[in-house]
Formats: sequence, C-alpha cells, structure tokens
Amino acid sequence: MINLVHVSKRPEPTKIQVVLWYIVAILCAVFISGLLIFVLKQNPIEYFKVVIMGSFKSHLSFKAFVRIFVPLLIASLGVSVAFKMKFWNIGAEGQFIMGAVFACWVGLKFGETWNHWVLMAVMLVAGAIGGGLLGIIPAFLKCKFGTNETLLTLMLNYIALYLVLYLSDGPWRDPELKGFSNIKQLPKAARVDNIAGIDVSWILALILVVVLFVYFRYSKQGYEISVVGDSQNTARYSGMNVNKVVMRTMFISSAICGIGGMLKMAGEGSSYTLGVGIAGGVGFTAIIVAWLAKLSPVGITIVTFLFAVLEKGCGTAETKFNLSASVADIVQGLILFIILGFEFFIRYKITFNKPVLLNKSSEGDAKEEKE
Amino acid sequence: MNTIIKFLFAAIKAGVPFLYGTTGEIITQKSGSLNLGVEGMMYMGAFVGFYAGFKTNNIFLALICAFFTGAVAAFVFAFLTVTLQANQNVTGLALTIFGGGFSTFFGEMMIKFTPNGLPKLSEEFIKGLSEFKIPFLSDIPYIGKLLFSHNILVYLSIIVALLCWVYLRFTKYGLHTRSVGENPAAADASGLNVTLIKYLNIMLGGGICGLGGAYVSLVNGGGVWNNGCVNGQGWISVALVIFASWSPAKAIFGSLVFGMFTELQIRANDFAHEFPFLGFLGHIPTAFYKMLPFAITALVLVVTSISQKREGNQPAACGINYYREER
Repeated sequence: MINLVHVSKRPEPTKIQVVLWYIVAILCAVFISGLLIFVLKQNPIEYFKVVIMGSFKSHLSFKAFVRIFVPLLIASLGVSVAFKMKFWNIGAEGQFIMGAVFACWVGLKFGETWNHWVLMAVMLVAGAIGGGLLGIIPAFLKCKFGTNETLLTLMLNYIALYLVLYLSDGPWRDPELKGFSNIKQLPKAARVDNIAGIDVSWILALILVVVLFVYFRYSKQGYEISVVGDSQNTARYSGMNVNKVVMRTMFISSAICGIGGMLKMAGEGSSYTLGVGIAGGVGFTAIIVAWLAKLSPVGITIVTFLFAVLEKGCGTAETKFNLSASVADIVQGLILFIILGFEFFIRYKITFNKPVLLNKSSEGDAKEEKE
Repeated sequence: MNTIIKFLFAAIKAGVPFLYGTTGEIITQKSGSLNLGVEGMMYMGAFVGFYAGFKTNNIFLALICAFFTGAVAAFVFAFLTVTLQANQNVTGLALTIFGGGFSTFFGEMMIKFTPNGLPKLSEEFIKGLSEFKIPFLSDIPYIGKLLFSHNILVYLSIIVALLCWVYLRFTKYGLHTRSVGENPAAADASGLNVTLIKYLNIMLGGGICGLGGAYVSLVNGGGVWNNGCVNGQGWISVALVIFASWSPAKAIFGSLVFGMFTELQIRANDFAHEFPFLGFLGHIPTAFYKMLPFAITALVLVVTSISQKREGNQPAACGINYYREER
C-alpha cells in the first residue's frame, strides 16, 4: 500500500512560533464564538469588549476577577507538577477540597484561641497536608501495585466532595443556622488578610509561581521529575529511587492544590466557610490550563489570567446582553480544541507523497544501481 | 414487599442513564481511548435530544438527534486524539467543560425564546415515554411490576448494553476492537485499520452516551428542560465502567446497584420505617450514599490492581495514543 500522506516529527518549535500559534488559536476560538453571538443577533465586538473590560471596570469587578484567578492559578500550578512527571493527576478538585477541609478544621478548632499569624501558618500547612494526603494515596498505590492513577484520582475527587457534604450536613453543621446546613464561618483570626479590599492570597500565588519556576529549572528534584517523566527506566538506571520521586512529587502537586483550597476557603469569596461548592470545577479547568501552558509556571500564569478574564467577563456580559455566562465554558473548550488541533501541526510535519507506480520506481532503482 | 418492589423499580430507572453512559464508555475504552468527556457528551445529547423532541414531537427523531450529537462530540475527541495525537485526558475534560457550557447556553436560549419561559414537551410526547405495562408479562406478581412495566428507553438501554456485549465478545469486529485496545501495534501489523476502528468505536460510544443524556432530559426531567440535568451522572458512569470491569453485561447489573445507591438517598427512611431491623439505614447521612458509587469503584480499582488479574482490567493501551512511526 502506498501512503499518500506521510506524517513525521518536526524538531521542537521555537518559543516565538508557539506563542504565535497560540494567538492565532485564541483568535479562532473567539471568532467562532463571535459567530455564535452574531447568529443570536448580538454584536460580537461589543460583547467581547464588555467581556474584556468586565474584570477591570471597577474595584469590585477586579476583586471578583482575583477571586477566580487565584484558586485557578494555584490549582493549575499544582497539577503541572504531577503532569511534568507524566503522572495523570486528575484529582486536583478533590485535593483542593481536602486542603480546605483540613484548614477549616484547624480554623474552627483553634480560631478563637490562637494568634492570627500562627493560625494562618498552621492552616496553610494543614491545607497542604490535607491535599497532599489525598494525593499520595494514588501515588503510593501506583508505585506498589500499579493502580491506574487517572481513574483513582478521579474517584477521590467525589469522595472528597461528598465528605464536605457530610460534614456540612452533620458533624460540622452550624446549629445557629436553622434550616440551612452550612458550616460555621471561620472566626476573625482565621481569615485571610485583605490589602486594599483584596485578600492577599494573590501574593502567595505569585510567590508560588516563582518558587515553582526555580524548582523546575534549577533544583535537583525538578530535574528528577523530568527524568522520571521522560523515562522511568532511565531514571532507574541512573540510580534514582523512582518510587520516592513519584510519591514526593505527587505529594507536592496535591499539597499545592490543597493550599489553593485553604486560601479560597479562608477568603472573602467563599464567605469564610467551607461549602460543597468550594472547588466548583476549578480542579478540572486547572488541568486544561496547565496543559495549554505546556506546564510552564509563567505560561500558566498567563493562561489563567486569560481564562479568569473570560470567566469574569462572561458573567458581566450575561446581564448586559442577556446571554448565558456559559459562553465562557464554550470558549474555553474551543480554545483548547483548536490549540490541541494546531499543536499537531507544530509537532508533526505532513508531506504529501506523489503517487508513484510501484514497478516504475523499481525500474528507476534498477537503473541507478547499474550506473 | 411493596416497598422493596417500589425501591427496586425506581433503582432500575435511576440506573438507566448510567447504563447508557457506561456502555458507551466501555466501547470507547475497549478500543483504547479514555474519553473523560462522558458528562459533556451526555449534556449535549440531553439538550439536542430535548430540543428535537420539543420541536418535532417525534420520540424517534429526538433519540436519533441525541445519538448523532453524542457521536459528533465524540468525533471531535477522536479527531483530536487519534489523528492529531492530542492528550486524551485533557481533551476529554475539555469536552466535558464544553458540553456543559453548550447545554447551559442553548438551554437558556431555548428558555428565553419559549413564550412562557418554560420549554415543556407535549403531552403526547411525554405519554409516549411514560411507563406502560407489557400485556400478560406484567401480570406476574412482583416480577411483572418490577421488570415489565417500564418506559421504552429502559428496555432500549438494556438491549443496547446486551448488543454491545455481544458485539465486543462474540463478533469479529468486537475482536478487532479489543485487539486495538490491547495492543494497537500488533493489530496494525496484522492488517487492521487501527485509525478507522478507533474512530468508529469512539463515535459509537459517544452516541450511546448521547442517548443517556436524552434519557435524563426527556424522562427524568418530567418533560421540562432543566439546565443542570445531567449533574454528575456522566462521572458516575465513568466509575461504573470500572465497577463493571469493562463488560456491558456486567454494567446492567452494576447500573442497578448504582441506581440502588441513588434511590437509597431518598428512600432510606421508608425502609427504616417499614423494616425496624433496617433502622440504621435512616441514620446514615445522604452524603454517604452519594459517595458510595465512587468509594466502591475506588476500592474495586485498588483490589483489581493488587490481585494483578489480566481479566476484568482496563485495556492495556487505554489512554495511550498510537503513533505509527513509534511502533
């Protein structure tokens, strides 16, 4: 059989090429959704103007933007650590929730007695441990028995989610709220501080970006992660303890997600309490963000910024244009589909072979041999 | 006795969307693709199925549209992962997000463009999907009520699952599918068209998931559109694939079990009331019943991996893209 189309791998594209492709892909996604809006008899240019301005119109809207931005950024960073190792941690959602649960326990238990700063530090650690523990279970089982990590982390998401439902329905329920099953608000000392009305978790998130950048690029552990990700055998032959690296990395990955959960839970955005909607799908979006950003911390920051602007903006535009805010989901999906599609053309080269008759070419070969 | 029959009857009904979703996902996974977009495909099938039913009043057309939508969504997945070699987990999750957004967006549009703001299927349509008694068979005490007085989509789900079971297990094409899922390179070497087989199975699976979505919007909603109708049932279906150890026949049983968990949330108190020795059921928090499908699945996953059995495991090449040049 003669293949008319031949697909082969290309050398790694340069950064500028990648960025250009991404811009084109985003424009395509915006264009397609613009068409959709046009069909629905609205002005797409006006619409996207409102979407973009939606996050920067006022102090209040910027605040709302930050509330979307920070948890998504932290969760995406967390996911990227495990993904670097090609460990498919789909459980960011659950780890995020578990971090919030652990931190909430600390906050409720010691919130009245401890000093604010001690409390913040302990809650942060508790959040990291909560997320980390949920993440290390599948890592351990993967190392020990080869349990499929994608499916197991996926299941753990829901176990964590319904744990929150249980806690807010039962043991942690605030008896003062009659008829509602909500967990009590954290005491004042256990709440994340505000600077200029915006809670400071964004500073922590940006510090995390820098830390991870350094960790990936300059630390020994970061190097080990990429070696294990590329080839476990190579790692083993060079004397690395692969299981240790896998478990440690997964703990870090999920601990970061847990910190995200803690910060969101103790922030104004979730009214200082733990609820069933604490993660609200952020763990899944994080996977898309991390992947789009090719797992680079700086890239993740940019993509998260765009996604958060989009999400906030579509919310603003909902009231103005009477169009559902779920446009944001559609555009996010489209961006990813288009970029994934484009990526193929970045990574692979397609050559069209001219159809050649077999016997003719063999004659040619014979001639060449004679010469 | 009546309580038990009622409970099991409701459990069968509650399990039907899972059965569709699971059957579809099993077909997909058996061909070596892990499509985490079940929730999204169900959402899209739910909306398009509902809209078609709402506009045309034709049940058959509504189902066809739902199937087609699911298949198209799955086609996008197949194109990206099989042809363009994109990561399957990420593509599937994107499909889930996209599908949810699609359904909510157009669902709200439909609500806006319906004069009274309440899109409702016609009486005739709802009647066509209502439960009916199969003559004679439904007169059998207990069993008749339990098994032979459902709506047609319940029977359809079981037929689809059985057909898929036969297809995967006893037909040549099923064997091809399984070999692609286990070892695409070997299948390719033996002359099978791996790409084609993957495409067809992914799309067939997606279509069946779309039917599950249609069931949710057409039957469970009582004829009225609801934006959040699928509400995680797609994810339960993904869990059920593992629980049913990748066999559509076992999925029929599994969907009943998961349906029972769903129904227990509502009926635990009835049970406790009727049978004093089951009093503890009423004291178990609802969250526990909601968690149960996922907890059990996680357990099954761990236990099968510990026992290291090849039987009843995920297909070996599931989740890994097949790139011919790297063979």
